[in-house]
Amino acid sequence: MRRTAKWAAVAAAATLILTGCASQRDDDGGGETGGGDGSTGGGEVTFTFASSSDPSSLDPAFASDGESFRVARQIFEGLVGTVPGTADPAPLLAESWDVSDDGLEYTFHLVEGVKFHDGTDFNGEAVCFNFERWNNFTGVAASESLSYYWGKVNGGYAEDGNGKYESCEAPDETTAVVRLSSPLPELIAALSLPALSMQSPTALQEYDADNVGGQSDAPVLPEYALEHPTGTGPFVFDSWSPGERVVLTANPDYWGEQGEVTRVVFPIIDDPTARRQALEAGDIDGYDLVGPADVVALDEAGYEIVNRDPFNILYLGMNQAVPELADVRVRQAIAHAIDREALVAATLPEGTEVATNFVPPSVVGWNDDVQTYEFDQDAARDLLAEAGFADGLTINFTYPTNVSRPYMPTPVQVFERIAADLEEVGITIEATPLPWSPDYLDRIQGGSDHGLHLLGWTGDYNDTYNFIGVFFGGQSMEWGFDNPELFQMINDARVLPDIEEQTAAYEEANAALLEFLPGLPIAHPVPSLAFREGVVYPASPVQDEVYNMVELPD
Amino acid sequence: MLRLILRRLALLVPTLFGLSVLLFLWVRALPGGPAAALLGERATPEAVAEINRLYGFDRPLHEQYVRYLGQLLQGNFGTSLTTRRPVMEEFTNRFPATVELTIWAILIAVVVGIALGYVAARRHGSLVDNAAVVASLVGVTVPVFFLAFILKFVFAVRLGWFPSTGRQSNDIDATHYTNLYVLDGILTGEWDAAWDAVLHLVLPALALASIPLAIIARMTRSSVIEVQSSDYVRTAVAKGLRPPRVRNRVLLRNALLPVATTIGLQVGLLLSGAVLTETVFSYPGIGGFLATAISSADYPVLQGFILLIALVYALVNLAVDISYGIIDPRLRTR
Repeated sequence: MRRTAKWAAVAAAATLILTGCASQRDDDGGGETGGGDGSTGGGEVTFTFASSSDPSSLDPAFASDGESFRVARQIFEGLVGTVPGTADPAPLLAESWDVSDDGLEYTFHLVEGVKFHDGTDFNGEAVCFNFERWNNFTGVAASESLSYYWGKVNGGYAEDGNGKYESCEAPDETTAVVRLSSPLPELIAALSLPALSMQSPTALQEYDADNVGGQSDAPVLPEYALEHPTGTGPFVFDSWSPGERVVLTANPDYWGEQGEVTRVVFPIIDDPTARRQALEAGDIDGYDLVGPADVVALDEAGYEIVNRDPFNILYLGMNQAVPELADVRVRQAIAHAIDREALVAATLPEGTEVATNFVPPSVVGWNDDVQTYEFDQDAARDLLAEAGFADGLTINFTYPTNVSRPYMPTPVQVFERIAADLEEVGITIEATPLPWSPDYLDRIQGGSDHGLHLLGWTGDYNDTYNFIGVFFGGQSMEWGFDNPELFQMINDARVLPDIEEQTAAYEEANAALLEFLPGLPIAHPVPSLAFREGVVYPASPVQDEVYNMVELPD
Repeated sequence: MLRLILRRLALLVPTLFGLSVLLFLWVRALPGGPAAALLGERATPEAVAEINRLYGFDRPLHEQYVRYLGQLLQGNFGTSLTTRRPVMEEFTNRFPATVELTIWAILIAVVVGIALGYVAARRHGSLVDNAAVVASLVGVTVPVFFLAFILKFVFAVRLGWFPSTGRQSNDIDATHYTNLYVLDGILTGEWDAAWDAVLHLVLPALALASIPLAIIARMTRSSVIEVQSSDYVRTAVAKGLRPPRVRNRVLLRNALLPVATTIGLQVGLLLSGAVLTETVFSYPGIGGFLATAISSADYPVLQGFILLIALVYALVNLAVDISYGIIDPRLRTR
């Protein structure tokens, strides 16, 4: 028996809704000038979105950073996309797929009549070409600094034989069959990553895409990754002036909805204040990673603030290499002592909610029935007394300075509030502030010399393992405990071929985690973008934001 | 003259060699390292070790240096760790932007500075003179990035007269030959692109010009005051030379000699000031890139860029020295 995914219907519905939203509007030819007002003569509609840095590579297979992916999402499409506004997988270049019962064979049914920007047909062979390409990376190309995601998802490459990918074949133009050596249910969600999107076999070969040059200690990207990215997406690469801007133009032969934007410019503005000022000066249409303080000010000044559904977690880690923290009662006491509601309201962006799991609610496997630790300082004191610390105890709290992460805009403030709450129940805090890079990360991830600490993570795709597997997939210096049962539970869940069984297993793992309480989930901070008034932006929790869905005001 | 030039060029070799050693040690003394900066949250000890092994940062320092020097001698400055492009290519891509900005800053500083200094000196002790002295003092003391920030906030963000960032507007699609955008616009006859580039240059060039302008003004002022009371000026006037001739042939020529030295020295300061100005205005020159390279501990870029900037600085100063001979005929015989 094969299960056929019911994606086609979802796709049709989604397309209808989106076409409705993105109704073509007559462009009355520009009018006022000024970079950000979106239009130039001749019916061009320019959308200008500030990047915080250059893309590290235009070939997304060799990238793992947000700015590279932001550009890649416009040029490339994967077999799998996401349902707009969610992290759930949806059909894109594959209009549906079947998975064999043993979870080892994926049959993708492809959209017909799609062509790459260079005119090459998108078909089963092109799909297999891409899979084979990723799997056959060698040398530096197969290292974490380049093809990070294929390495992570597949677990290895052809040359080391550790990967789960086995083969790919194209029985006909619109079918591609991928075989694995062991189940990898997260593959479908992972295929929505730009790193695993479909690229033109012709262009890849013509511009020597796999030829990462230089010596192993100084890789030089091939011509393809610098000048010739060729995908099937709604925008075609035009130019990249490093340090200055990346320019894309509309793909006139796009198979889907083209939308109103005909030209996309990504000016590179690395300073957050400069990005805000560029918006205020009207030089850009919008930007990402808006600081919480700027969100309030820009909102009041009438700019559009768009929030993404959070796809991240901020947690308080408790290192069990510290004897006091190895006692679960002490960990529970700490959880009860912290007023997370007040903490979130005071230090994190508006709309942020307190976390109960180590995964955000939009991830499959999130469990609404886990042990929660209500704010109750009396209970905390009782638990401490029970553990033999009626007269209080001293715990080290290591926290980062000089850093602002999307899940942790102001770590020092978060530290101060937690420390104050803990002092309240008789825990004396020995504070160790450290600069984020490299001291803090070194101390937390590479040393056992820390007690409490703040850290977090932004997810890549809709998969529980992508969160708890990263934290609790095995023993680590960060957490300092050995709980083989828990590790086993998480790693077993990862390879369950049936998505429903897997979801149930992950839910169970999340419940077990909250019972064991290796750390305390604090919040899923909301990331914000800012735009000039009237811009409609397709925000996505996993940043699957394609600008053919952008609407600009007249 | 030719011997002087050759000797100066020969002296450059040991200077640059010494600098390369210092730079090599300095970048490795920076806190953090490229691996931590590249990996962020994913910087597990294993991943850091892997990166260090790949890039050879785990080998002994002297071994790393010998390899580096070997490549340097072949004209290979290495590859940027963050952009993965050759350092030389990154430099030549961005250098025209900085040159253009620096030229404008120098023009503003020299023209306004000399005029201001000359007028102040001729009206020595007057209100104009005092105002010029105060203004130049302010110019020297206000930090470049602060001035840049204020200029940007007032004239770009609040008033909207000038663009706030970059080198060209997002709706301009110009052809570039020299990568000096104003010149390109003029060469291709794309006047809107040229004008657009000028608008983008005004604020950063003003900010960058502030310190050299103030220094040149003060230098000119004191030099003119000194020369105008000198014996040969008095003699020239006594001989009955007409005042404009005295001013141009005798006074200015002699007074500008120390000013030329100052201008040469200022070029170096301009290149360092560009780091701050370019960052504030997100101007895509070498300065902004250098600032990013520091935070990401991009060793090859730091080493290569600073070495190249030092080379440019040395050559500019050599050119200034040669120009003495043109300004002051007395030096030609030496």
